[in-house]
Formats: sequence, structure tokens, C-alpha cells
Amino acid sequence: MGEAVSLSLSRRHEVARALREFLPARAVLFDEEDTRPYECDGLTAYRQLPMVVALPETEEQVRRTLQICSSMNVPVVPRGAGTGLSGGALPLGDGVLLSMAKFMRVLRVDARARIAVVQPGVRNAAISEVAAPHGLYYAPDPSSQIACTIGGNVAENSGGVHCLKYGLTLHNVLRVRGLTIDGEPLELGSEAPDAPGLDLLALAVGSEGMLFVVTEVTVKLLPKPQCARVIMASFDDVEKAGSAVAAIVAAGIIPAGLEMMDRPATRAVEQFVGAGYDLDAAAILLCESDGTPAEVEDEIARMEAVLTGAGAVRLAVSRDEAERLRFWSGRKAAFPAMGRISPDYYCMDGTIPRKRLAEVLHFIAELGKKYGLRCPNVFHAGDGNLHPLILFDANNPDELHRTEQFAAEVLEKCVAVGGTITGEHGVGVEKINQMCTQFRPDELELFHAVKRAFDPRGLLNPGKAVPTLARCAEYGRMHVHRGALQHPELARF
Amino acid sequence: MTLAALQEEIRVAAARAAPLRLRGGGSKDFYGNEPRGELLDVRRYAGIVDYEPSELVLTARGGTALAEVEQALAEHGQCLPFEPPHFGAATLGGCIAAGLSGPRRAAAGALRDFVLGVKLIDGRGRLLEFGGRVMKNVAGYDVSRLVAGSLGTLGFIAEASVKVLPRPSAERTLAFEMAEAPALDAMNRWAGEPLPVSASAWHEGTLYVRLSGSAAAVQAAAPRLGGSELADTVAFWRSLREQTHAFFSGEAPLWRIAVPSATAPLELGGAQLLEWNGGLRWLRSSLSAQEIRAAAERAGGHATLFRARDKSAGAFTPLDPVRLRLHRELKRAFDPAGILNPGRMYAQF
Repeated sequence: MGEAVSLSLSRRHEVARALREFLPARAVLFDEEDTRPYECDGLTAYRQLPMVVALPETEEQVRRTLQICSSMNVPVVPRGAGTGLSGGALPLGDGVLLSMAKFMRVLRVDARARIAVVQPGVRNAAISEVAAPHGLYYAPDPSSQIACTIGGNVAENSGGVHCLKYGLTLHNVLRVRGLTIDGEPLELGSEAPDAPGLDLLALAVGSEGMLFVVTEVTVKLLPKPQCARVIMASFDDVEKAGSAVAAIVAAGIIPAGLEMMDRPATRAVEQFVGAGYDLDAAAILLCESDGTPAEVEDEIARMEAVLTGAGAVRLAVSRDEAERLRFWSGRKAAFPAMGRISPDYYCMDGTIPRKRLAEVLHFIAELGKKYGLRCPNVFHAGDGNLHPLILFDANNPDELHRTEQFAAEVLEKCVAVGGTITGEHGVGVEKINQMCTQFRPDELELFHAVKRAFDPRGLLNPGKAVPTLARCAEYGRMHVHRGALQHPELARF
Repeated sequence: MTLAALQEEIRVAAARAAPLRLRGGGSKDFYGNEPRGELLDVRRYAGIVDYEPSELVLTARGGTALAEVEQALAEHGQCLPFEPPHFGAATLGGCIAAGLSGPRRAAAGALRDFVLGVKLIDGRGRLLEFGGRVMKNVAGYDVSRLVAGSLGTLGFIAEASVKVLPRPSAERTLAFEMAEAPALDAMNRWAGEPLPVSASAWHEGTLYVRLSGSAAAVQAAAPRLGGSELADTVAFWRSLREQTHAFFSGEAPLWRIAVPSATAPLELGGAQLLEWNGGLRWLRSSLSAQEIRAAAERAGGHATLFRARDKSAGAFTPLDPVRLRLHRELKRAFDPAGILNPGRMYAQF
């Protein structure tokens, strides 16, 4: 990048001029005050001003932008709403930040076929809004759903609190249209089932903007359940709550949502939103049932029996829709609530087999003591997706350092018990070192080969998601000398 | 048979550039293009590795009999939600490589939706692991789902972890006398309502709709739909899943046409049987591949020559140039010597 830096000014003007040949002036940003809003995504500790920001409005403009970048050998970082939590949309100082924010149109809602065709900049929640008059909705509901876009959801394979029953983005997207780095159109998947050939759509969903640029998405719409009720179950012991989760699933029940929060988490959110949580409980579970009234009544009764058998000390069942939404409000506001009780928080995203839940929670609690840091836990218990939130102060270098080590130990534990470093937030720049723990060199090498198949020169979102083998070798050495991190000046959060 | 021995066999074949024909139970030898290469029978690499019902995950070696997997699940009241066809002595690895789903696909999802992880031996004999045994995992590209339906062209599926679900506690099938167009209408309308429909089919003037779920849900839904109750619901859906239904016997080529489910009746000469709310249209017809594929394409779908004596037209709908290039590049990434099931999916790789 040295050369690019020294030539940065002339290079910037050269690229901007080329883009302005077909983009209006307001759609090509390069002054610092204009590019500043794009310097980070939801992972704000990493910041980098892009060389140029392009804001095309049509697929043809995206195609030409990509062709220009490809021909000038300029890396491209695609971006949706910038709500991602792993730095997947972190710009490159010598690259073009390709914002898809202007692709906001819902192109078609076909109620009979139960699909919606939308542009990538359409917000997740907006799809359910346009589907609602037909009694339909789009199921995946990440906590950021009022802001995050479907294009970003495709890039990250986003989940949500209902994915145990209704699946991730992968399970709810039928077709994606996009452009390769050279601007060639690409259709993956199909509105008809089982598109011919290899399942490139599966490869594309969750590829963190590294294989192609999404320009259109067809999603599956589901009939909106007639009713839903949620049980709030209190436990006097976190491990008992963990075992109750396994007991529900073992009883043959797939709840629409199955979430857990420990006491530090409920106390933090309660003062923020007043969800009515049991603050005496060591942990609470939120277990939702949805379907027809008969189904829900039946399932709620079965879940109550299992929870009581598993040692729940108190059960509260939502009596109406307002109360149900209130119970969920605390869970959905968990992250902002942490921001109120701590200057900074670091959210992990590891996923583990459910049966190891109690053990891993215990491990995290012990680490909290070891590092002297608070760590409330909220998580998608039903699918074993943990979101421990380490509270720290980034202005205190020692706390930052301890947080870093704490997080690394938790993610490595997740891998050690048979899980993964990221369940739904993506690797991005944030967890790229932990990829070296989860995958062996042959597997990483294959990931690079997959990328080369789509993007031979490595121009699309380079440096994200898949570490180079050299980087892993470096990280391995870093591990050996834990406590003596190299390049302490580099921001790692 | 050890993994190391399998890896070595593949390594040797790659060095000799000698094509290998990966084969489990051979139950789907008919599927795709003509298999070729030296036979690599993988049935001896078998056995359930891990199954914990409360995790909703089963892990087994590729050569494990599919029947054994389903038996183990049934003992704990669980099932493979995508109801894969066996077509004989199928193995789990072969089932995933074929990527075929059965009657419940439109309601529960496709086979690939339930693949959580694989151990793969690639064309260089390397043992690689992707995905895992957890429901949510976005670390790295989703190679385990790319492998689903890849017909053994990317590697040998040595081990796979699949998501499983509880078996529905109640199941009923309703039958309605109905012509094709109104049947398509009904299937798509009901799929858009909060009903526990788990499968649908139409053939020769009768629409069949299966309801599955809790007893309460099935009982509440059945009177709303009407129709008459089919006596043996299990046998009927099994006859579609395993293609033992009379429609599937005989010599005429069998086409599997996939279209958006709400597509109007396809006017093609030959008998048809519909599944998946109309998304899947089986056709017995001697019309040319060109005609049939053109009709499928006009409807926004594609047509697979599923069973036929003559597959010279190619089993699968041809790929456009960009996708074909990506397929070749991916093949090169997984199998640079091009020895694994060459031509089985497309003649070009």
C-alpha cells in the first residue's frame, strides 16, 4: 500500500474523474468531510477513510463503476447500511467504497407466489412492512432490522431471534442477482426450486461482499403466524437455565424464539427499557411459541411443564401482544443498554453445541474474574449462539488489552467445544485472527481458491474474512508470546 | 476402510489423472449424466459418529446407510425434515451429493438447508472440514452447502452433520377432486396462509394435501380445508418420495421440471404429476429436450432429464457462460486433476 499512499492524491482524482464520467457529481465523494461518514460500520473501533465513495443508483452504474475499478486495479468495498458488527464494510484507504444505499426500491411483491423481489438497499423490516397487507412477512429478524439492508443480510447471512424455527438469511433467500468485479451479470439461485448446477447461492450468502456485488434479491415470504405468546422463565442458577434449553428441545419442541439473558444483562436493560424482567433471577429464558391459537396454547402448556421440571422458579406468560413485545423489548435493546452502563462494550458471537452451554457460561464467568472485567450474557440459546458482552473502557489501554485476550480465549473455547467463532455477525476484520484457530491451512487455502474463482485479482473487499497463511503464522507466534502483542499501536477493536 | 486409505487412493488417482467414480449404495446411478471412471466404493467408511437428540444434530460417515440414519432418528422421535428419496440402498453421503429432497421440501426446506457441516476429501486427497455441528456458523464460505448436490464432483463426503427435527406428532392427508389450474391455485393460496401444510401433490384430477404438526393444529386445520381423508397417508407420500407410484413406472423419459410454484399449467404433451405447491412438475414425455427446456425456461425454471435411457441431451439445463466459467474454476479449486466424477453433472468438467 506504500506506493498507493504516496500517490494517493493524484490517484484519488484520477479514480474520481473516471467515475464522474457516468455518475453525477453528488454520487462521487472524495473530500474528507464527505467520506467521513463511511469510515466505519457498526464496529466503530476500526476506522479508515476510503479513497473515494461511489453512490450509484442503477445497476448499469454499478456495472460501470466495477469495470472502472477493475481496469484501474482499485479495490472495492461494498456497503449497505453499515450496521455490520465485524467490520466487513471497513473501507480501504486506496479503495472505492461502493455504497448500495440508493437501491431502495421494492420491485415486486407476489403474494400468490409468496416472494418479494427487492433491491439490496431495502431495509430488512421494510420487506415485512410491504408484505403485511398480504398476511405475509420476511422471517429473519436481526436486532438491527429497522436499519440493516437485505444486501448486507445476504453478505453476512444474518440471523435473528427467530432463526431456530425459521432459519437464517440463507434459508429465506431464493435468488440473488449481482455483478462480478468485471461487471458481468450473475444470477444465483432461482424462483424455481433447486437451480441447476452447483449451489452457488449457498456460497454467495455469507460471503461478506468478497465474491460479487448484490444488485437484486428475491426473498421468500411466509404467512404471518396468527398469534404468538412468550414465556419468561426465571432461574436461580445460570447452569439450570442452560439445561432447561436442552430439555425443551429434547421434548420435541422447536420454539419460535428461545433466548437467554443473565442477571447482569437483565439489570442493565431493565433500567433502559423497563421490560418487566425478574431482576432477582440469575438468568431468564424467553421462550416464544407461534402458530394457530390452538397450537400456541398447546405448546405454551408443554413448555411450561418442561421449564418447571427443569427448575424454573417463576414463569410469566405474556397475556397480550403489548406484553409480548415488552418482554422482547429488553432483549432487542440489550446492546444499546450496555452502551449506557459502560464506555465501550465488545460483543462476541461464538456458537457452541447446546449441551456445552452451562460449561461455557461457567468458563466465561471465570474469565471475567481472571481479567477483572464485567461480562453480561445475552444469547440465542436455542441455537447455541452466544453474545457475551465484555464491558471495558477503550481509553484505558490495559482494559482494552485484557478485553482482547478475554475475547480471544472465549472464541477459542467455542472452537474447542465443537462450535464456531461467529454464528451470525461474520468474520470481517474483527475475527480474522480467530479464523486461524478454526481452520487449518489447507482449508484457508481452499477459501482463497474459491475467492479467486469469482475474483481472480482479489479486488472485492480484500483482506476481510479469510486470513492469509502468513497472517496466521504471525498470529500463531503472537499466541506463543501472549501478553507481548506486536504492534500495540494497531487498533484491534 | 480408513480415511487415510481413501485419501491415498484419491492422491494416486490424481497423480495418474485417472478418473474416479465415487459411489455409495449405487441407488442413484441413474441420476445425472453417465457415471465414468474407476469405481471407488465408499460404503465401508460408515457409521453414525455422533447423535444427541437434544442437539438436533446427527453426524455420520458418508457410507452410512440412509435407512440406518433414519432408523436412529425414528427411535428418538426425530426425522430428516427434507424427506430424501432412497431409491434403493442409499447412503447418507450419496444422499447429500445428489441433493434431492422429497415431499416436505416446499414446507420444511431443501436438503442443503439442513446440511451443517462436512468432512471432505478433495481431488488432491486433502481432508478438509467445513461448517460444523452447530445451527449457526458464518465463519468462512459455506462450502458444506456447496457440496450438497454437487454429485461428487468436488470431493468425497467422508462425514456430514445434518440438522434434524422432531417428527410431527399428527399427520393427515386430504384429497380433493380438482382440475390442474384450480389445484395450483389452492396449493399456492393455502401455502400463503398459516396452515400446517407439509406436502402437496396433484395428479389426474386429484389434489392431495398433507397436514402435519401438533394434534391440535392438524385437527383445527382439516375442517377448514374440507376434502376427503386419505386412508393411508404414509404409503401415499412414500410412493411419491420413492417413485413407486404408478405414474413413475413405464419406459417414457421422466422429466423433473422446476418452476416458480404459481406457474400456470405447462402445456406439454405427456402425463404430469405435481408436487411442492406446483414448484415441481414431473413429466413423462418423449418430446425433445429442447422443447421441454424451452417451456421450463419461459416459465422461469429449468428441466432435468431425470430417468431416461438416452441422456445425450444432457441431464441438466445448460449453464450460461458466466456460471459455467465459475463452475470450472471451482472444480479446479477442489479437484485440479479433474478426476472426481467427471462429466456427471456437466460434460465440461
